[in-house]
Amino acid sequence: MDHRLSSEYSDLRAVVEQFAHDVIAPVAAENYENHSFPYDIVKQMGEMGLFGLPFSEDFGGMGGDYFALCIAIEELARVDSSVAITVEAAVSLGAMPIYLFGTEDQKREWLPKLTSGTMLGAFGLTEPGGGTDAGAARTTAHLEGDEWVINGSKSFITNSGTAITGLVTVMAVTGTKDDGSKELSTIIVPAHTPGLTVAPAYSKVGWNASDTHALFFDNVRVPRANLLGELGRGYAQFLQILDEGRIAIAALATGLAQGCVDECVRYSHERQAFGQEIGKFQAIAFMIADMEVRAHTARLAYYDAGSRMLAGEPFKRQAAIAKLHASDAAVTNARWATQVFGGYGYMNEYAVARFWRDSKILEIGEGTNEVQRMLIARDLGI
Amino acid sequence: MKIAVCVKQVPDTWAEKRLRPADSLLDRESAEGVLNELDEYAVEEALKIQEAHGGEVTIVSMGPERAVETIRKALSMGADAGIHIVDDALSGSDALATSAVLAGVLKDRGFDLIIFGSESTDARMSVVPAMVSERLGLPQLTFAQKVDVNGGTITIERQTDYGFDSVEASSPVVVSVVEKINEPRYPSFKGIMAAKKKPLETLSVADAGVAAGSVGTGAAWSVVADFAARPPKAAGTIVNDEGAGGVKIAEFLATNKII
Ligand SMILES: Cc1cc2nc3c(=O)[nH]c(=O)nc-3n(C[C@H](O)[C@H](O)[C@H](O)COP(=O)(O)OP(=O)(O)OC[C@H]3O[C@@H](n4cnc5c(N)ncnc54)[C@H](O)[C@@H]3O)c2cc1C
Repeated sequence: MDHRLSSEYSDLRAVVEQFAHDVIAPVAAENYENHSFPYDIVKQMGEMGLFGLPFSEDFGGMGGDYFALCIAIEELARVDSSVAITVEAAVSLGAMPIYLFGTEDQKREWLPKLTSGTMLGAFGLTEPGGGTDAGAARTTAHLEGDEWVINGSKSFITNSGTAITGLVTVMAVTGTKDDGSKELSTIIVPAHTPGLTVAPAYSKVGWNASDTHALFFDNVRVPRANLLGELGRGYAQFLQILDEGRIAIAALATGLAQGCVDECVRYSHERQAFGQEIGKFQAIAFMIADMEVRAHTARLAYYDAGSRMLAGEPFKRQAAIAKLHASDAAVTNARWATQVFGGYGYMNEYAVARFWRDSKILEIGEGTNEVQRMLIARDLGI
Repeated sequence: MKIAVCVKQVPDTWAEKRLRPADSLLDRESAEGVLNELDEYAVEEALKIQEAHGGEVTIVSMGPERAVETIRKALSMGADAGIHIVDDALSGSDALATSAVLAGVLKDRGFDLIIFGSESTDARMSVVPAMVSERLGLPQLTFAQKVDVNGGTITIERQTDYGFDSVEASSPVVVSVVEKINEPRYPSFKGIMAAKKKPLETLSVADAGVAAGSVGTGAAWSVVADFAARPPKAAGTIVNDEGAGGVKIAEFLATNKII
């Protein structure tokens, strides 16, 4: 029994930690303030192979695994959640469906660009009318000759409007099943296909340097061969993608929770009040100790889910626990970290203020925390 | 082109370093060990030269057991093989002893180019590259901010206070590099995995052809006689500006003979 990282993972962790410290941290506040997408950082992360971590070398991947991706995401999020979610969404939501469900031709066409980070993929599931209830999708696709014709809209789609966005996978209603329910399928829509409109970027509470748009489909035509996986498997596909994605989001949340600890430990020595370091006040020291407990247990939870996934064992419940616990840790740590920083904690230029604004989405995205509780309860047979 | 890069494991630049009271040596347990920053530039330069001219890059490091992590980091950046000189006798070695051991290992292996970082962040003496070149009888192209390889001719721009000198020599040569020279790459995960399978030779002081008695604390020409923690910062003087702040500050500076 050993839950510590093997040397490949810990070496990767150290490299990403150094990169985040040297390259991302110095520009994080500026990108946040200006809402600017970090193209330069994406390029460098591509060169380091971060976008190819869980993919085989046949398609330009690094020959690693999904857990390696999680380790990298945690380290990125310790410094900048916008960068971390850009990688998470590009790899786990953008490239992974093609890797898992794509035909040989689709993989050859898209994966080398996606795994090298020169192109970003987006995942279009959520609609204005429903995210949790994804089965209620209203976007439709029907065949006309050898083309799919897509109509409808998608909301909150990460990486869907950058200058290097290459595709969005869209879940759409493609018919009615024998039992009368909707037949849902996934279709690859290349960026800039006529009829696809990318709305202006949302004004978000956080994740300012990450790219999020609504998408509108008005008679968008793509080749029949752009169907991803089997017809009617759309719902099952996205459930599989989101099960894994939860571990990655848990890793991201763990990174944010840990980033709060890092910042507070430093500040507890720097800041003086009443003639002593604020860390000497038990109120502050205990807050930071509790924050460390949350970050640590969040990490253990996602390591556990990750190790089960790698072993090919069921991990649904553990992934839900990890996502629920880690996002909770992130939100609580961010709230406390801003408290430790006092007034400075309310200034966007300080990392903890960004952490605070970035944390809330973690209780919402890739399955709300209510959904996680539902999954856990269901798995317990309740 | 056969290239050697000499690297050192140093305590993390950001960590607080401590000396051991017993022998005044660095307490290496007190801080995480990392690849000396300037040595990363040396590795990068070697890899660039290899990419342009072919050949093989070998990493050479003298240091305790765990210095192998540092060699592995350089291998994960893309170097081909490692040589680790590890021996209890080496503890406390000074620059002279270090250069003797490195020269002993490097001398008969046919390297065309031996690259160093120009200083380590812990000792900061900048003398080892010069000492090694002297011991090997090779030209020293130190403090390079640019290296050009043209057949057997190596030309560097040596960084100076006012600009640079152009210095040229025929290989084999010893080069040391400064920070300006390049931007070291970050290892990829593929590189990290590959590093585990790359050949790593482990040598003793005897293998380097150096007598154990001539290295280590006992043989060191320079020793730390004594050390003390930096005194805590004295409390400052607060001047409340009630109209005469400028005068008060000037008086303070005059009292302390600053103006
Ligand atoms: C910044 C950002 C980026 C995003 N990126 C993407 C992306 O790239 N691709 C994508 O497809 N989506 C993306 N999303 C969408 C995100 O996944 C959804 O917002 C999320 O799944 C919730 O869906 P919703 O917003 O429709 O909320 P709703 O589903 O309307 O939920 C509203 C509330 O009702 C609760 N609720 C709903 N159903 C139940 C139930 N059965 N039992 C109990 N409670 C319930 C929810 O938990 C929530 O509290 C992103 C969202 C944001 C904010």
